[in-house]
Amino acid sequence: MNKTVNQKAWFLILPVLLLVAFSAVIPLMTVVNYSVQDTFGNNKFFWAGLDWFREMMSSERMWDALGRQIAFSVIILAIEIPLGIFVALNMPKKGFWASLCLILMSLPLLIPWNVVGTIWQIFGRVDIGLLGYTLAALGIDYNYTQDFYAAWATVIVMDVWHWTSLVALLAYAGLQSIPDAYYQAAKIDQASRWKVFRFIELPKIMGVLMIAILLRFMDSFMIYTEPFVVTGGGPGNSTTFLSIDLVKMALGQFDLGPAAAFSIMYYLVILLISYVFYTVMTNLDKRDGH
Amino acid sequence: MAKITLQNLAHSYLPNPSHEDDYALKELNHDWVDGEAYALLGSSGCGKSTLLNIISGLLHPSQGRILFNDRDVTMEPTTQRNIAQVFQFPVVYDTMTVRDNLAFPLRNRGADATYIRDRVQQIAAMIGMEDTLNHKARGLTADAKQKISLGRGMVREDVNALLFDEPLTVIDPHMKWELRTQLKSLHHEFGHTMIYVTHDQTEALTFADKVVVMYDGRVVQMGTPQELFETPEHTFVGYFIGSPGMNVLDAKVKGDKAVLAGTEIALGKGFGTPDGKVELGVRPEFTSLASGEVGLPVTIKRVEDVGRHKIVRADFHGTEINVIAPEGANISPEMNRVVFDTAGVNVYSNSWRVAPKAA
Repeated sequence: MNKTVNQKAWFLILPVLLLVAFSAVIPLMTVVNYSVQDTFGNNKFFWAGLDWFREMMSSERMWDALGRQIAFSVIILAIEIPLGIFVALNMPKKGFWASLCLILMSLPLLIPWNVVGTIWQIFGRVDIGLLGYTLAALGIDYNYTQDFYAAWATVIVMDVWHWTSLVALLAYAGLQSIPDAYYQAAKIDQASRWKVFRFIELPKIMGVLMIAILLRFMDSFMIYTEPFVVTGGGPGNSTTFLSIDLVKMALGQFDLGPAAAFSIMYYLVILLISYVFYTVMTNLDKRDGH
Repeated sequence: MAKITLQNLAHSYLPNPSHEDDYALKELNHDWVDGEAYALLGSSGCGKSTLLNIISGLLHPSQGRILFNDRDVTMEPTTQRNIAQVFQFPVVYDTMTVRDNLAFPLRNRGADATYIRDRVQQIAAMIGMEDTLNHKARGLTADAKQKISLGRGMVREDVNALLFDEPLTVIDPHMKWELRTQLKSLHHEFGHTMIYVTHDQTEALTFADKVVVMYDGRVVQMGTPQELFETPEHTFVGYFIGSPGMNVLDAKVKGDKAVLAGTEIALGKGFGTPDGKVELGVRPEFTSLASGEVGLPVTIKRVEDVGRHKIVRADFHGTEINVIAPEGANISPEMNRVVFDTAGVNVYSNSWRVAPKAA
C-alpha cells in the first residue's frame, strides 16, 4: 500500500505550536534577549555575546547558591521520602480513621506558600512563637535570624512539614493498590515484616515513589517563597537558594544581563537533572522487563 | 503432614451474624484424612475459598475449632501452621529472580544453602522452568508466574498440608493437564494432605481421591467420583457434576411408583411417602428414548452430536430432559417416549436424597 503524502497535515499541529510559543518560547526569548545584551540605562542595549554566561560561570556567588540549593534538595528528599513511606505504612487502610487521616494529611498541602512561611516565621520567634519560646525555655540557643544552623533547621523542618504529606499520600495510594493475595502469600511463605516491605511493598510503590521524588526534587530546587518569608536568605547568605539569589540580582540590583544568563543556566540545570531522572526511571523499568 | 479436623466450624464476614443466611460458611464438622488428596468443588461464592483461608489461618473463624493432628491451632497465625497455599492469581516477588522466588519460603525458614539449591533445581524441573531460573520474575507471562507460585507452594517438603485455590485458572489447557499430572505424582511421592479448590468438575474428578462438593456455604456431599456420579446426595451435586447434569423432575412418589405430570412410572425400589418438595433425579446416562406407550411422553427438540455420543434435548410438559444416546443410535421423530433405567433413579425430598427402603 502506498503511503499518502500530505504535507498539509503539518497544519494540524499548528494550534499546539502556537500555544507552546505563547506560553513558553516567547517569554523565554525575552530572557534570552537580556542574557546576550548589556545596558547602561535609558532603554539602550548593546550586544554582549556570551559575556554574561562566562561571568556567571566563574561567579563564586552562583556556585555557592547552587551548592546550598543542592544540599537543601538532598536533605529534604532524604527526610521526606523515607518519612512519607513510613507514615503511609502506618496509616489505617479503611474506615473513618483512614478518611480522617487523609484529610489531616492534605491540610498542609492546601496552605499557600507565603502563609506557610509566615506561620513558621511566627512559630519560630523566640519572643512570641510557640516553638521558639519553648526551645528557649528549654535552654536551647535557637535564633533563626542569627544562627546558621537554626536557620537551616527551620527551613528544612518547614519544608518537611509542608510536603511530607504529598509523599505519604502518593505512597499510600500505591500501597492501597497491592492485592491482598500478596500479603497472604507472604504469610504462607513466612516472610518477615521487613521482607514484606522490601520485596512486596517497595517494588509495588516504586512507580509512584519515582513521581514523588521527581516532584519533590523539582519543587525543592525552585523553592523561593517560604525561606524568603522566614529568613529572607539569611543570616548572611546562608539560606540564599538559587531563586532567592536570582531575584536579588534581577530586582534588587537590577543586573538584568547576569540575572538572565543565570536563569537560563538554572533552567538548564533543572532540565538536565529531570532528564537524568527520567532516563534512569525508564531504564529501571526496561531492565526489570527482561 | 497432618490430619486436619474441623469442629463446629462456621464463618461469617459480618460482625454480628444472627441468621443462618449471614454465614458464608455454615456449621461444619469434617476430617481431612492425613495424606489424602481432596478436591473442593462448588460454584463461585459457595464458601470454598473461605474454608481454605480458615485452614491456612489467613482468616479466623467466627466459631468452632481447627485441629492439626488433634492439636488445636484455631488461634495460631498462618506462619506457625506450616501450610503451603497457592492462590488463583499469580503472586510473585517481582524484583527477585525465579530462583530466589522458589527459594524464598525455604530461606525464610533458615534452610541449609546446599539443600535449597538442590531443592530449587528439582522444583524448577518439575514446573519446567530450569532455563529461566536466573530471569527476573517481573517480565514473565501470567502462566509462567503462576508456575512459580505453584513451585513456591511445593518447595517445602515438611508442610502440614498443601492448599490450592483454583491454581490453574490462568494456565493454558495443555500446561494445565501437565501440571495436574505433576501435582498428582507429587502427591504419590510425598503423601501430603492436599486440598484443591476448583469449580471445574473434570479437574476435581481427575485430581482427587475424594471430592467434597460445597453448595451455599455447606458441604453437601463427600465421596469418590463414582459415588458423586451414581448417588448424588443433593440435587446440586447431580446438576453440577456430569455433562449434561442430572435431570431433575417434579414428581409424586408413593412406594415404588412415581407420578410425573399425570404419567405413572415404576421406580423398582420402595421409597415410602417422602414429604416436602419431591423430585426425581435421573442422569442422562440412565435415560433412553423409545417409541410406543411406555415411559414419559416427550417431544424431541434438538440432537447434539458431541463425538463419543449424542445428547438429545427433549421436552416433557415444559421441562427439558436430556438423554444420552450412543454414537450410532438412530434417532427418529417417531420416538416420543423417554424411559429411565431404574438403577439410576434417585428420589429427592427438599433437594436431599431419600434412601430407598429395602424392597
